[in-house]
Amino acid sequence: MTVHITRHGDASDGGTDAVGGRLSRVDGPAKITGAARYAVEQHLQGLAYAVLVESTIAAGKVQSIDATEARAAPGVLLVLTPDNAMPLKTASDWFGNTPPDVPYCPLARDIIFSGQHVAAVVAETFEQAVAAAALVKVAYDETPAIVDLNDPKAGDGIPIDAMTKEWGDASAAFTAAPVRICSAYTTPREYQVPMEPHGLIAAWQGDRLTVWEPSQWLDGMARTYAEWFAIPFENVRLVAPYVGGGFGSKALALSHGAIAASAAKMLGRPVKLVMTRPQTFTGYGGRASTRQTLALGADAEGRIQSIVHRGVNETSMDGMWVEPLGSTTAIMYAAPNFSSRQNVVRVNTVTPGAMRAPGENPSAFGIESAIDELAYEVGIDPLEIRLRNYAEQDPHTRKAWSTRQLREAFAAGAERFGWSKRTAAPRSMRDGNHLVGWGVAAGTYPVRRAYGEAMVRILADGSVEVESSSIDMGQGTYTILAQTAAETLGVPVEQVSVKLGDSHFARAGVTGGSRLAGVMTGAVFKAAGQALDELIGLALSDPRSPFETLQANTLSVRGGRIASPRGEGPELSIAELMSKLGRDSIEAKGDTMPANSTLEERYKNYTTIAMALPHTEGDYSRYSWCAHFVEVRVDEDFGTVRVSRVVSAMDCGRLYNPKLAESQWKGGIIMGIGQALLEEGIVDRRHGRIVNNNLGDYLVPTNADIPDIEVISVGIPDLHSSALGGKGAGEVGIVGVAPAIANAVFHATGKRVRDLPITLEKLI
Amino acid sequence: MRNFSYLRATSTEAARRAAALPGAMLLAGGTTLIDLAKCGVAEPDTLVDISHLKGLDRIEIDEHGATIGALARMSHVADNAEIKSRFPAISEALWQAASAQLRNMATIGGNLMQRTRCPYFRDPSNFSACNKRQPDSGCAAIGGVTRGHAVLGTSEACIAMYPGDLATALVAFDATVHLDERQMPVDAFFLLPGTTPQREHPLEPGEMITAISLPASAAARRSTYLKVRDRQSYEFAAASAAVGLELEADGRTIRDLRVALGGVATKPWRARAVEDALKGKVLEEETVRQASRLAVEGAVDHGANHYKIELAPRVVARAILKMGEAA
Repeated sequence: MTVHITRHGDASDGGTDAVGGRLSRVDGPAKITGAARYAVEQHLQGLAYAVLVESTIAAGKVQSIDATEARAAPGVLLVLTPDNAMPLKTASDWFGNTPPDVPYCPLARDIIFSGQHVAAVVAETFEQAVAAAALVKVAYDETPAIVDLNDPKAGDGIPIDAMTKEWGDASAAFTAAPVRICSAYTTPREYQVPMEPHGLIAAWQGDRLTVWEPSQWLDGMARTYAEWFAIPFENVRLVAPYVGGGFGSKALALSHGAIAASAAKMLGRPVKLVMTRPQTFTGYGGRASTRQTLALGADAEGRIQSIVHRGVNETSMDGMWVEPLGSTTAIMYAAPNFSSRQNVVRVNTVTPGAMRAPGENPSAFGIESAIDELAYEVGIDPLEIRLRNYAEQDPHTRKAWSTRQLREAFAAGAERFGWSKRTAAPRSMRDGNHLVGWGVAAGTYPVRRAYGEAMVRILADGSVEVESSSIDMGQGTYTILAQTAAETLGVPVEQVSVKLGDSHFARAGVTGGSRLAGVMTGAVFKAAGQALDELIGLALSDPRSPFETLQANTLSVRGGRIASPRGEGPELSIAELMSKLGRDSIEAKGDTMPANSTLEERYKNYTTIAMALPHTEGDYSRYSWCAHFVEVRVDEDFGTVRVSRVVSAMDCGRLYNPKLAESQWKGGIIMGIGQALLEEGIVDRRHGRIVNNNLGDYLVPTNADIPDIEVISVGIPDLHSSALGGKGAGEVGIVGVAPAIANAVFHATGKRVRDLPITLEKLI
Repeated sequence: MRNFSYLRATSTEAARRAAALPGAMLLAGGTTLIDLAKCGVAEPDTLVDISHLKGLDRIEIDEHGATIGALARMSHVADNAEIKSRFPAISEALWQAASAQLRNMATIGGNLMQRTRCPYFRDPSNFSACNKRQPDSGCAAIGGVTRGHAVLGTSEACIAMYPGDLATALVAFDATVHLDERQMPVDAFFLLPGTTPQREHPLEPGEMITAISLPASAAARRSTYLKVRDRQSYEFAAASAAVGLELEADGRTIRDLRVALGGVATKPWRARAVEDALKGKVLEEETVRQASRLAVEGAVDHGANHYKIELAPRVVARAILKMGEAA
């Protein structure tokens, strides 16, 4: 069941067409009928198949590769090793920083994690490539690996000064506080496991490269391919009409892409490479494992005097991934004294990467568990302690919140959940063999903003095309951009077709950090407005137009028909007007960048994240917020935890489409249930290898694990955050779910589990 | 490329002959065979397809018991009204196994033939040591990640857990496995790993399961299959119990009791010690909990799977108590 409390700004009273309407996903029918063709499902003449050979050790060197047998195997076209791989150039990072002028080889000689690509076999058929890949003999010089954060060899790591946040005297205030708690919290490696695995088809025509590849960032990945192969950016075309989930993992061009594109270039024919499910656990990074210690000092009424936070996350031997563990910690509560520092520890793993709410998510597990512990230490209700420490402004920047409806979220969620009926003592709500527990936790995610661009075209038949190289990975880009264009132009939404997922369309930045909806609705709003202005301008000024004699200042369009605002004079459909004007199309490419932006700035805006606007820019601090209320049932004998009820109240500003936003939130909550109870990459410490690298052993929730989830919107339009008043909705939903569940498990059992996931052996 | 031949058997007899050849394997639902072939574990030279053979998918039930054809689908058996009423534990074991898609494809014979397996067994390219895959190559699991491994029936050669649910229920109710020319108790159909973990069944080349049969009993009629796991669906058991109970006319003294364990042993594990300890006793919670501890007599853990020794008796006790309440 879904409860949607309509607030001003997200009203759906204008029907489903307009922004704010509950239009169903326009790409839904194509997906459920199988008509939607995903990137690697293209059929190309002469397609060859590449299969990766991966390292079976976690640390050391490749001594030799014997590919004699593989080369002689039936159908084999090429065995790619570091010895014969074509030289590539190192590409810039995602900030666009100039790379060192050193060659790049996507195949490794120095092994720094198990599963690293060491060779690839290309053959006429996929089966031939698989068989030949098994014949490649790799000899290694193995050295001891540092398997994870707990490895005695791992050490304390590298301090990341940029993560340090300090005000007041946290240490002294903690020591002086009458109530103190101090605990350590850990989260394991977690994986995005999108339904659609990573892979690509690469095809060259001369020095022009086309790549069909699932992507959260076509222009950013095109930039990387262009730099690797030293060809102009315009020569690379990335295509991803549909994306089967990304969760942060599909934003960057990865080494397997360089391998496939190299092979295609060397062979002069298109090459397809798709990762196996096990390879997706090492071909790119999941969420880094983390460890946090939190010391909270409070007065006798539970008012926080001090927060001392120390965080550590793992990274690889050659890459620097910082999972900002102090992000939620620093802004959730009004702490007069605060200290957060973070180290990063190098271990033998693939470089971790972005996974839904990187930073805020594990950070919230720490602070939202710790404040629950503090509530019990003080002896007050876990919801009450959150209200007593409510941050009326951003405690870190001391800026006003753009909007923060968190108090409203607590109130609405608590009311709907029935929180007031909760009995405080652990183990006090039993039902037969089940210990019942209720937990609460809050979540947040910053409003990441950027400039956007879109093409809007009004065609002779009155239909409208929207083009953008942004993507739809299930969140609903196709749908909300159709709604935006329909509302702006005054046409029925069925007349709008949205084309996405081709880097030759109007450019777009990364679909990440929950920014796309805000960026792209703004861009389409602007481009559609320009197209409409042009249409109206022509209608009023062109001698062929029936409106020309009207002497009106403007015209309006409703339901696809154009007329003067007061209705005097003619009324025509857009198609009739286009016909009279003798126009095939009117198109406008609009963007939201400052008017004087240079070409270089525009290129940088869409192909790097360097131009993103800070969420604390200017006078305001901009975040989405949420409050999760969770009921768990723990079998006392078995230790099994089942989530039986979730009510989440969400502040994401104005909703462009409440139905889609609710789906995003529920998806995040479901992912949070998996994080709390099931998900964990398990390392064989002798081999430094993830052993549960498949969907039978790496457990994500099934339908049977998911109860009814109620989501409530408490947002109000936030025009400091986006052109149309929305804040990011894609990631905030997962933040706070795991601590809400852990807190509920404590309430149920009296056991505080501080290391995720909460599996049954931790409770029996 | 590794080629294999595919042979569509025209009769049971033809299937037997073809399957007797070295490197031949029978193909029915294919749900585990194809998975293991993709992992590079199963490497058949010939696949003998029997999935279309007529007459092997019947489910016949009368007052003496049930006979289930080897090619009956898991989902069909789980949903059979007579199975549900006369052998509820069988139905419950089936519908808690695998996923809906797998149950719709997988057959009963194939279910009994699924390999006893572990993550190390399934990954030959990274873990060369596996006595089950390659006799005398060692066991990569021992000393490794063992949370899902067995605590009962293990040997120094192999600690892989038998993952099936159906067979656990079958051993509790003394099912018989019918081969072409002989039959054997289902308990004898599963071998302990010992020093030969590669050999899981006492089958001769070309022998094929045609059916399983189950004798009717009061305990089978009052039975349940309780499966405990972190994920509610599509996960092997952390521990499971098939239990059947028959009470004396007084409604409280145990006349007959059947207990088998899943998720904890290297084969479907009949817990006769629990049965013997409770037969003739009055069904009371404390007595049941005490006796259920006998289920894990002789258990040996490998670190991370220690919890199974704690968990399994609790699962057994819960299942017995639940049957005690189900008048």
